[in-house]
Amino acid sequence: MSFMPVILWTDALIFALLAAVAALVWFIRRQEHLRAPWRAVAQRPMAVGAALVLGVFVVIGLLDSLHYREKLADSPAEQPQYSVEVLSVFDALVKELRTRTEKTYSAPLAMQLYAKEFVLRDGATVRDYPRLTYGGAHLAHANDHKPDVARRTLFGAMQGALASLLLFGLLAAWQARRTQVDVGGWLTAWATGRLGWPGRTVVLVLAIMLMLAAVLVQLASGYHVLGTDKVGQDVLYISLKSIRTGLVIGTLTTLVTLPLAIGFGIAAGYFRGWVDDIIQYVYTVLNSIPGVLLIAAAVLIVQVYIESSPELFDTAARRADIRLLALCLIMGVTSWTGLARLLRGESLKLRTLDYVEAARAFGVSHARIISRHIFPNVFHLVLIAIVLDFSGLVLAEAVLSYVGVGVDPSMYSWGNMINGARLELAREPVVWWQLGAAFAFMFALVLAANLFADGVRDAFDPRLGARR
Amino acid sequence: MLAYILRRLLYAIPILIGVNLLTFALFFVVNTPDDMARLQLGVKHVTPEAIERWKIEHGYDKPLLLNAGAKGSAQFTDTIFFKHSAAMFAFEFGKGDDGRDIGNEIRTRMSPSLAIALPVFVIGLLVNITFALLMVFFRATYLDLWGVVLCVVLMSISGLFYIIAGQYFIAKLWNLLPISGFAGGIDGLRFILLPVLVSVVAGLGSGARWYRTIFLEEIGKDYVRTARAKGLSEIRVLFRHVLKNGMIPILTGAVVVLPLLFMGSLITESFFGIPGLGSYTIDAIQAQDFAVVRAMVFLGSFLYIVGLILTDISYSWVDPRVRLQ
Repeated sequence: MSFMPVILWTDALIFALLAAVAALVWFIRRQEHLRAPWRAVAQRPMAVGAALVLGVFVVIGLLDSLHYREKLADSPAEQPQYSVEVLSVFDALVKELRTRTEKTYSAPLAMQLYAKEFVLRDGATVRDYPRLTYGGAHLAHANDHKPDVARRTLFGAMQGALASLLLFGLLAAWQARRTQVDVGGWLTAWATGRLGWPGRTVVLVLAIMLMLAAVLVQLASGYHVLGTDKVGQDVLYISLKSIRTGLVIGTLTTLVTLPLAIGFGIAAGYFRGWVDDIIQYVYTVLNSIPGVLLIAAAVLIVQVYIESSPELFDTAARRADIRLLALCLIMGVTSWTGLARLLRGESLKLRTLDYVEAARAFGVSHARIISRHIFPNVFHLVLIAIVLDFSGLVLAEAVLSYVGVGVDPSMYSWGNMINGARLELAREPVVWWQLGAAFAFMFALVLAANLFADGVRDAFDPRLGARR
Repeated sequence: MLAYILRRLLYAIPILIGVNLLTFALFFVVNTPDDMARLQLGVKHVTPEAIERWKIEHGYDKPLLLNAGAKGSAQFTDTIFFKHSAAMFAFEFGKGDDGRDIGNEIRTRMSPSLAIALPVFVIGLLVNITFALLMVFFRATYLDLWGVVLCVVLMSISGLFYIIAGQYFIAKLWNLLPISGFAGGIDGLRFILLPVLVSVVAGLGSGARWYRTIFLEEIGKDYVRTARAKGLSEIRVLFRHVLKNGMIPILTGAVVVLPLLFMGSLITESFFGIPGLGSYTIDAIQAQDFAVVRAMVFLGSFLYIVGLILTDISYSWVDPRVRLQ
C-alpha cells in the first residue's frame, strides 16, 4: 500500500455522528408526525438555501476528515515507512493549493511579493517587488495581469453558468417526468413558484455556488486567489481547511452536551424530589462559574497533560486532534445547563398530563414512560437547541483561540487565522486578506447555520406555529 | 421579604462551597502543584530542587487536605486547601505570580471595567429596545422582515470583527478616536467611546431580535386587544401597555448580569487596553497564573449568585403578581 490510513479521534466521532444522523433520517422518514415539520422546513426558501450552503461546507469537512499518511518514496516495500505528515483526501484533491507556497505575504491575485527585496535585473541588483514563484508565473509581462484575471473570471463564470443550465435542464426533465407534466408546464410552475417546494431558490443558490466554484478554480490555477500568509501558504487553502475545525467544534460539542442535558434535565423534571435538588445544585454551580474561565482552566490542564506525556502521540496531527477533542469535551461539559433547565421545566409539565398518569397507573416502568412519553415530547426542544447552538460554538472558537485556550496553534482554524493576522493591520500597506478571508468564511457558515436554525425553529416550535 | 432574602443567601453558601471545591479539584488535584511548577519553569531543564523552591515561594509546599505533621487545628489549617481555597470565602486571594496582591488588583481594576461595561449595558438596553419596538410597530411588513434579516446578519458576524473593524476604520483610518488606552476622569471619555460603540453594535443583533419576540408575545395577549378596543392609538398601546409588560422579562433578564458587569469583558478590554478585570483575567490565562484565574472564578461565581438573588427580588418588585414566601 502506498499509504497508511489514519483515523483520528475526531474523524471517528464525526463519521459515527454521520451514521447516527443517517439512522435518524431513516427513522424519521417512516414516521408521519416527524416528517411533517421537516416538510415545513423544506417549504421555506431561506432554510433550503441555507441548507444547500451548509451542505457544501459539510462535504468539504467530511472530505477533510479522511486522513492518511503517504509512504516515503525511498522506503523498502517489505518494511514501508510513512511520512509523519498526516494528509486528508481533501488535501489530495487540492494538491496545487497546498504545495504552491511562496516566500511570504502576497496580496490576493497578486503576481508580486508584498515586500520589496533585492533582485537581479539586467546584471544589476535593484530593490523591487520580486515576482511570485507560482502566482501569475505564466504571465510574461505585468501588463497582461489584469486582462488575464478578467479573462479567467469571465471564463469561469461562463463555465459555471453552462453547468448550471445543464443541471437545470436535467432537473426540469426529471421532475417533469416524475410529476407527469410536459417540460413547459413544469417550467411555468417553477417560474411562478407553484412547485410545492422552493424551486427558484434551489436553482438560484446552486447556480451561484457553481459559478463561484468555477471562477475560483479558474483563478486558483494561476494565482493565489486570497493571497498568501506570512510563511507563503495559500490563504484560500487555510480557510478551506479551517472548515473542518469549525464543524467539529460545532457538532461534537453538542454531541457531548446532549446526553448530559437530556439525562439530567428529564431526570430532574420527571423524578423531582432529591434527584431534582441534586441536579439543580450541580447545574447552578457549573452555571455560576464564568464559562470562559472554566474552559480556560480545563484547557490549561489538558495542555499540561499533553506536554508531559509526548510518548502517547506519534504525530503532531494526533496531538492537535486530542486537544481539539478535549476542547469539545470541555465546552460540552460547561454548556449543557441551559438545555437541561429547559428540558426539566418541560418534563415537570409533561409528567402531570393525563396520559403519563395513565401509563403510571398501568404500572409502566419509569424507563419506559420516559422513553415512550416524555422524551418524544421534548425532542423538538433538543433539535432546536442543536441547530441554535451550532453557530454560537463556531463563533466561540475564534474568541477562545484569541484568549489562548482554543485549538492547537498548529491547527488550521479561523480563530488561529484571526489571531495570527490581527497585528498585521498595523503594517503599511495593510495585510487585510487573512483577516478578511477568515471573517468571510466564518460569516458564511454562521449565517447559513443561523438561517437554517430559524427555519427549523419555526417549523418545530408549536408555540410559534400557533401565533402565525 | 427579609426572611426570603435571608433564605436565598443561605442557599447561596452551598453553591459557593461547590464552586470552591470544583476549582480546588481542577487546580490542585487534577493538576498538581508539581505540574504547575513545571509549566511555569519550563518543561526541560527542571530539577526537583527548583520545583521545591517554586512551591515554597508560592506557598504550595503544604499537603493538600490534611497536614499530619502539624498539631491540633493546624492539621487542617496548615494545608493548601485551607490557605488557598477556603481563604477565598474571606476574599483573601493571596498573591499572583508577579507578586502583587490579587485583592488589591481587583479593587483598583474594578472601576475601569465598570466605566466600559455600565455604559454598554445601559445604552445597549436602550438601543435594543428601541430597535425591537420599531420592528414590532412595523410588524408583518417588509420593514420588519428586513429588520429581522439585519439582526440575523449582525448576529452572524464574529465579535472580533466588530472590534478589529472598529479600531481599523474609526481609529486608524479616519483618526476619529484613539485606538486604545484609558484615562480617569472626564479626560477618559474619548477612550471609552469606541469600545462602548463597538460593544453596543456587536450586541444589537441578538438583543433586538430577542426583545422583538418578547414584545410580539405580549402583543398577542388579551389586554392589548382590550386597549385597542378602547380606541387607544397604536403608539399608546405599544408604549403604555406592551413596553411596560414586556419590560418584566427584559429587566429580570438584565438584572442577572448586573453584578457581573464588575468583571468586565475579556475581549473588549484586552483589545482596547483597558486596565480592568477583563484584561487582568486574560493576561493571567495567557501567563498561566493559576492563582489569579482561581480568584476570578470565585469572584465571578459570587457575583453571579448575587445576580440570581437580585433577579428574584426584582421579580416581586416589577410584577406584583409574584409573591415571595
